[in-house]
Amino acid sequence: MSRRRQIDEAVDLGRRRLLIGGLTAGGGFLLGFPAMHWAGDSPEDANGGQIGFFVEIRPDNQVVIGVAQPEIGQGVRTSMPMLVAEELDVEWSSVSIRQMPLGIVKTADGFAWKYGGQGAGGSTSVTDNWTYLREVGATARQMLVQAAANQWKTSPDQCRTEPGWVICDSRGQRASYASLAAAAAALPVPDGKPDLKEASSFRIIGQAAKVMDARAIVTGRAQYGIDTDRPGMRYAVIQRCPFLDGTVVSFDDSEARKVPGVLDVFTIDGPKPGEPYVILASGIAIVATSTWAAMQGREALQIEWDRGPHAQENTPAFWRQAETLLAGTGQVVRTDGDFDASAGTAEQVVTARYRVPFVNHAPMEPQNCFAHVREDGADIIAPTQMPAGASRAVAAVTGLPRENIRVEMTMAGGGFGRRLTNDYVAEAAMISKRIGAPVKLQWSREDDVRHDFYRPSGLHEMKAALDDDGRITAWTQRLASAGKYYRRPNVKPEEQYAPELYVDDFPAGIVENLRVEWFEVQSGVPRGSWRAPAHTANAFVVQSFLDEIAHATGRDPLQMRLEMYGENRDLPYGQHGGPVFNPWRLSRLLKHVAARIDYDRRRPEGRGVGLASHFTFGGYAAHAVEVSVGSRGELNVERIVAAVDCGAVVNPLGVDAQLQGGTIDGLSTALNLEITVRDGQIEQSNFHNYRLLGLKDVPVDFETHILPWGDKPAGMGEIGLPSLAPALTNAIFRASGVRIRALPIGKQLQEAIRA
Amino acid sequence: MIRFTVNRRPVSFDGPDDTPLLWVLRDHLKLTGAKYGCGIGRCGACTVHVGGEATTACTLRVGALDGAEVLTIEGLAGPQGDLHPVQQAWLDEDVPQCGYCQPGQIMAAVDLLSRKPVPSDADIERHMSNLCRCGTYVRIRKAIHRAAGLLAGSPS
Repeated sequence: MSRRRQIDEAVDLGRRRLLIGGLTAGGGFLLGFPAMHWAGDSPEDANGGQIGFFVEIRPDNQVVIGVAQPEIGQGVRTSMPMLVAEELDVEWSSVSIRQMPLGIVKTADGFAWKYGGQGAGGSTSVTDNWTYLREVGATARQMLVQAAANQWKTSPDQCRTEPGWVICDSRGQRASYASLAAAAAALPVPDGKPDLKEASSFRIIGQAAKVMDARAIVTGRAQYGIDTDRPGMRYAVIQRCPFLDGTVVSFDDSEARKVPGVLDVFTIDGPKPGEPYVILASGIAIVATSTWAAMQGREALQIEWDRGPHAQENTPAFWRQAETLLAGTGQVVRTDGDFDASAGTAEQVVTARYRVPFVNHAPMEPQNCFAHVREDGADIIAPTQMPAGASRAVAAVTGLPRENIRVEMTMAGGGFGRRLTNDYVAEAAMISKRIGAPVKLQWSREDDVRHDFYRPSGLHEMKAALDDDGRITAWTQRLASAGKYYRRPNVKPEEQYAPELYVDDFPAGIVENLRVEWFEVQSGVPRGSWRAPAHTANAFVVQSFLDEIAHATGRDPLQMRLEMYGENRDLPYGQHGGPVFNPWRLSRLLKHVAARIDYDRRRPEGRGVGLASHFTFGGYAAHAVEVSVGSRGELNVERIVAAVDCGAVVNPLGVDAQLQGGTIDGLSTALNLEITVRDGQIEQSNFHNYRLLGLKDVPVDFETHILPWGDKPAGMGEIGLPSLAPALTNAIFRASGVRIRALPIGKQLQEAIRA
Repeated sequence: MIRFTVNRRPVSFDGPDDTPLLWVLRDHLKLTGAKYGCGIGRCGACTVHVGGEATTACTLRVGALDGAEVLTIEGLAGPQGDLHPVQQAWLDEDVPQCGYCQPGQIMAAVDLLSRKPVPSDADIERHMSNLCRCGTYVRIRKAIHRAAGLLAGSPS
């Protein structure tokens, strides 16, 4: 079928506020949105007659639903169309999807979203689109019902729908959606919000839906960015400076140019130290007729580097700097009651320091991007989490107006926050502009490990004051870290702390005397958002420290948590995932995982169970982990029980996959993963020294539980991860008496037991 | 000129002998099912079969392949598009997340099942060294057990 859309000329666009109906070239009914939001302003010039986000009923009663969000393995190409299909009332098996490109429309004030906000970050796809996409489906259904009622000369309230059909019982009539397509397309789009179903009558939402793309994936047909192939396309790689903020002094490309297939070699200028990153590093680009020729050309380059301003940076010095900072006074970012007074009169004070390293995102698909920059515009095809950022990046390096930059999103081989930043897109555009031809830029794995916006690293100092009942009366967290807002434009110095310490996190609002303090560590390591950002660090620190307090006071770690989490009530939560946080929902999960793992049973020596729980971006999770520790410190993860409360469940299979995957990501990262710096260079380079977890390290005894709550969903992309690491280290302590206070765990157990 | 077969069809390549099979498949033969992940044979995203055995295409020089039979994920299903039991098991267990590593995982699993038709968990752990960043390992394990059952029940 032709992909060209032919909009019914007879449709009076002026009467439409937002939706546009029309006929496709193939005779299907199409409903689209030229601009976002029922409640938002829709400037007339945004309605350029272009149908954007769409639902299409085809003549064979098959349904095509546009997916505006980027797919990075979080399951939006399955969950988003479920929301539309539920209210449209069609058979799920009749649904197929199409990935929408970036949709932005130039307005008097800048740019507006054409299909609604597009991006994969902060676990927001399901929450942000929960109402909106159901309204899309309900509106299309409403028009089909109206078309049928007109045909049967009755009123819409005499009609009902069954999947794919409109039915009028009193007249004994039924008509397929497809047969109503032309009539529906000619109707005005109804004003106002349509009625939505009660949750009790959902047929698709809440049911297990398998991965939409699974068949394409298992047959090798799924298209990722790396698979892009266009006529006349060149292949490029870049040798980036291995020194943080280093530059090219000179290079000799005479051997590189002798490599068959190498077409061009030139420098790429990176940002100056301290400036915002458009790309990450200076380097030398090699353009060739194949990927391998470009890679071989790169190997043949001779380059002299200026080692830049961070040539003396080393990881041990980073930790010394953090310790020096903690000896002083930092920025107090939250203070409740009087910590000092309370700690001064306390019966007992417990304190501990924890270290969290830099880590690499390491998506399985290394960064890549197709770019074709012309005089009048550009085509970009990329695996990206932020297509609007890609458009901005290309505009910045080409000078082209954003409305002339087309950005297509492919499926992405993972994201984990790495593809929130579009530096690789900017690089591809720079190369295409320079050579005047379409190009696919390919990063190697080594490029991907050595050049990243790493998860921030920090040293946390915790202190708790206890009264004579062992109750926590005062609590402080002091963090010295290299934060992720480093070099981000338009962030004030006093706001740098915000993505490192979420000040309404537990135990805020529960411990009356509380102080949270931040110190900025200087480092040349680029930093960014890594799945569940600071929650990964803070859950490890806070949930480890709770167990340390329990141990110091002879209390049970589970009972202590249940008491602190308290009754079922909402606490205010001002950061992402708010506006409220109900710690009791963590208790519900903890009790569940504790029962499943038989928490109260005594284990033999060398075995132990640990628990932890955390609130992340509106969702709640708990883990129970059982480990054994051998006489020489060999660690075995024997069993994992994970539970999540993500509110209402859209796709149980998707929730389960994210919970499993998040848990395994947490395990992988806690056990082995760390990025270190030596003389201004990242030390790790590939999977031999950045060792992602393999199948053999995941216990067979692994179970996941979903405990639904209420009628609104929370996103699942990140919540599965944070509580795993502290549950694991708490289990290690119970099994061995060794308290892990620095991640990754690595060989610490063997060393502690040897000592 | 190097001549070999890919998915039962004759192909030839007249570029440098040291070109890894992966890039011949992807850039020259336009078969993109085998993925690039590490280039050093550690992640397994590029796993294909050569002479019926799983190998990492990123570390295999095309010059060594004269006369060889290469099977990629694109050639695994039957001529009418009927899925291989391992592919079917992958669908039944809803294994993929981002899906990028899965062609390699499937090719490795097919190889395992040809050696061990009824693999134990320990066999799976020993054999399946392919990396998955999404963490689909729990379902990969289940799918391999399921595929073993499907293969035992299939006429071939």
